[in-house]
Amino acid sequence: MNTGTQRLSGWGRANTSPALVSHEESTAAVAALVRSAAAGGLPRGILARGLGRSYGDAALNAGGRVVRTDRLTAIGDVQPDGTVEVGSGVSIAELLRHVVPRGWFVPVTPGTGHVTLGGAVAADVHGKNHHREGSVGRHVVRLQLVDGTGEVRTVSPGDPAYGAVVGGMGLSGIVTKVTLRLRPISSATLTVRTTRTADLDATMSALQEADRTHRYTVAWLDTLAKGSGLGRAVLTAGDHTTSGEAPRGGVPVGGGHSTAGEPASSIAYSPGRSLPAPPWVPSALLSPTTMRAFNEAYFRAAPARPRVTTESIASFFHPLDVVRGWNRMYGRPGFLQHQFAVADPQCLRAVLELFSRERVPGFLAVLKRFGPSSGLPLSFPTAGWTLATDVPASPQLGPVLDRADELVASYGGRLYLAKDSRMRPELLPAMYPDLDHWRQERALLDPHHLFVSDLSRRLHLC
Amino acid sequence: MLDALRSPQSVLVLGASSDIAQATVAALARRGRLDRVVLAGRPGPRRDAAVQKATSEVGRRGVVRALDFDATRPDEHEAVVAEAFADGDVDVVLLAFGVLPDAATAAAPDAAAAVVTTNFTGAVSALTASAARLRAQGHGTMVVLSSVAGERPRRSNYLYGATKAGLDAFATGLGDDLAGTGVEVVVVRPGFVRTSMTAGLGPAPLSVDASDVAEAVVAAVGGGTRTVWVPGALRLVMSVLRHLPRAVFRRLPI
Ligand SMILES: Cc1cc2nc3c(=O)[nH]c(=O)nc-3n(C[C@H](O)[C@H](O)[C@H](O)COP(=O)(O)OP(=O)(O)OC[C@H]3O[C@@H](n4cnc5c(N)ncnc54)[C@H](O)[C@@H]3O)c2cc1C
Ligand SMILES: NC(=O)c1ccc[n+]([C@@H]2O[C@H](COP(=O)([O-])OP(=O)(O)OC[C@H]3O[C@@H](n4cnc5c(N)ncnc54)[C@H](OP(=O)(O)O)[C@@H]3O)[C@@H](O)[C@H]2O)c1
Repeated sequence: MNTGTQRLSGWGRANTSPALVSHEESTAAVAALVRSAAAGGLPRGILARGLGRSYGDAALNAGGRVVRTDRLTAIGDVQPDGTVEVGSGVSIAELLRHVVPRGWFVPVTPGTGHVTLGGAVAADVHGKNHHREGSVGRHVVRLQLVDGTGEVRTVSPGDPAYGAVVGGMGLSGIVTKVTLRLRPISSATLTVRTTRTADLDATMSALQEADRTHRYTVAWLDTLAKGSGLGRAVLTAGDHTTSGEAPRGGVPVGGGHSTAGEPASSIAYSPGRSLPAPPWVPSALLSPTTMRAFNEAYFRAAPARPRVTTESIASFFHPLDVVRGWNRMYGRPGFLQHQFAVADPQCLRAVLELFSRERVPGFLAVLKRFGPSSGLPLSFPTAGWTLATDVPASPQLGPVLDRADELVASYGGRLYLAKDSRMRPELLPAMYPDLDHWRQERALLDPHHLFVSDLSRRLHLC
Repeated sequence: MLDALRSPQSVLVLGASSDIAQATVAALARRGRLDRVVLAGRPGPRRDAAVQKATSEVGRRGVVRALDFDATRPDEHEAVVAEAFADGDVDVVLLAFGVLPDAATAAAPDAAAAVVTTNFTGAVSALTASAARLRAQGHGTMVVLSSVAGERPRRSNYLYGATKAGLDAFATGLGDDLAGTGVEVVVVRPGFVRTSMTAGLGPAPLSVDASDVAEAVVAAVGGGTRTVWVPGALRLVMSVLRHLPRAVFRRLPI
């Protein structure tokens, strides 16, 4: 169904462009649309869009066609081996609502439940368990894809096309179904250990240590702290509460896992009532001084000595989802997220020093350790460290961010395309050395060059 | 594409050799993302110099291309603009050509009409051709160099003022027509700018340099359709002058 021209934006609201948006009901409808495009009907190309949680321009196609996946929402039965086939428009939150009561959990979830499986595959998303379980592409059994000729294909790990699609930012076709391998859980709660660290060395070694013993780890880091406080953080490490533990507030699953049919117990995923964010925050609040005060308060609120608590899935994995539209807080200019991955801790330190020295007004940043890379050409995670920092989209920050990018590139690191909204295109081949290989595989799937986005135009991706 | 910090990657200049245009290309290049510059103008040493300057500003990553363009040939404008868009999207179209007639020109009927052809008629066709391309690509900014002179024509240059009044009205209306298409029109109203156009004229109050206009343009790109005064104080000055009785305005030494 065609809903006319809409002005779309990325999550950061700093990149916007209009596109003709349609909501296709089925794989066949998507395929028909792509075939008509291949026949020359859509000069500005076509792009899939999930829930628009990519920060920049990955899900935008100025003047072209955008296919929303919000009608591709079927959820199949969970098979005894834990696999489930879902429509690419199903969100992580919806899938959790469906499978958690049956004793299953998604293998990977990003920091919000409001992303679709299609978007998760296109960005090959990672979660707090990357050090153990890798990115989502490792847990996909097969994909259903409409390629650039309108043909419906099945793509599985190991196929050459797999690396074009997973991490391929929607530029290799439209994913219509995802078959995913779930993991069994025996409760809907997490046992979470929270600690505070005083500086970067302490934060890094605490994360390394936590990675050995915990499935989920992450650190919230104060990028405005100066001097010896540089890199201080609040670190959380979590694991699914097992039936043996005495859950504080959590309800364990009674029996074994259930597949089709009724849920086995009353455990559930409920993100809680969502509260609207204030429509705007006075821009003075986005200044380094007030942000520093906020970060200070957050840091102080964390326990000085380690504390163990029981948390719900939603509050542990998707804490911001209860604040509806928080991305509007930055007002009209919007904001952006700078996320890089790099092996060398020296690079991490150099970037943090740069941000602190230049007083880059960032709220808490997220630091995490990545396990080995998936090896897929455009997949972002590579072994080492990743830092994600939200900053206002202010042109004055351009030069500092460019310097950070150059540091990252010089250390062999890379930026995350699902977050990027401003990097220099010249740095891309250095950051993604297999770019040309990806381009070749992509071209085989899309010989008429139909799939295009504002991101691909800006970075001259294909 | 404009990025999140509103830095453009490509620009088409109509009126390649204009001092204000050259300063604007330099300022856009300093934002660090400019990699395609199309300089459309009349061939000659001034355009050659502009090409050379832009080439050094965009550096290794950039491509600079010159196209022959004459404002007085509206029949050719569509083809020139099509050529400029042939290599990809254009983020910014800068309309910078124009002539400032002297008293003798204003007194000669055919010379006076030729000024209108350049400043108004030629601008209408060039903007119309550009708008169609930008509308189709779904994004872009048209920057139109109008003038304070169009706000209230003065006796000393009513011909120029009249052409700029027409251009200003056209561009403003076009901007409204493009609302919702992703394309914005920025109408720039500079006062006295020290450029080759004003060389030899006595300096006026609140005069600025081409680089000041350039900075104002760069700040406006991507910010939405609007009118920009350079210097900003002119907005206030003109809001007063606009309401002066004609008999008084006529006697002002401006
Ligand atoms: C608060 C927040 C926290 C986040 N935390 C994390 C995190 O921890 N880890 C992480 O990896 N990411 C994280 N992200 C980023 C997010 O996971 C990715 O941007 C994801 O791609 C968004 O999915 P979406 O459904 O919103 O896709 P969109 O933003 O709509 O699209 C993203 C890309 O996927 C493509 N795409 C979407 N659907 C399909 C389809 N069916 N077929 C082919 N291509 C498709 C689009 O073309 C586009 O290129 C976070 C984002 C937010 C807002
Ligand atoms: N300077 C000021 O005080 C001032 C104030 C307000 C507004 N403006 C406006 O700003 C714009 C730029 O002016 P400027 O100050 O940069 O002056 P400039 O350096 O003299 O530039 C004027 C440009 O117009 C071009 N031009 C004239 N006739 C043309 C034609 N028939 N076809 C193609 N190009 C033609 C000239 O090209 P050639 O080299 O081929 O002649 C020259 O590049 C003009 O529209 C002007 O009216 C200027």
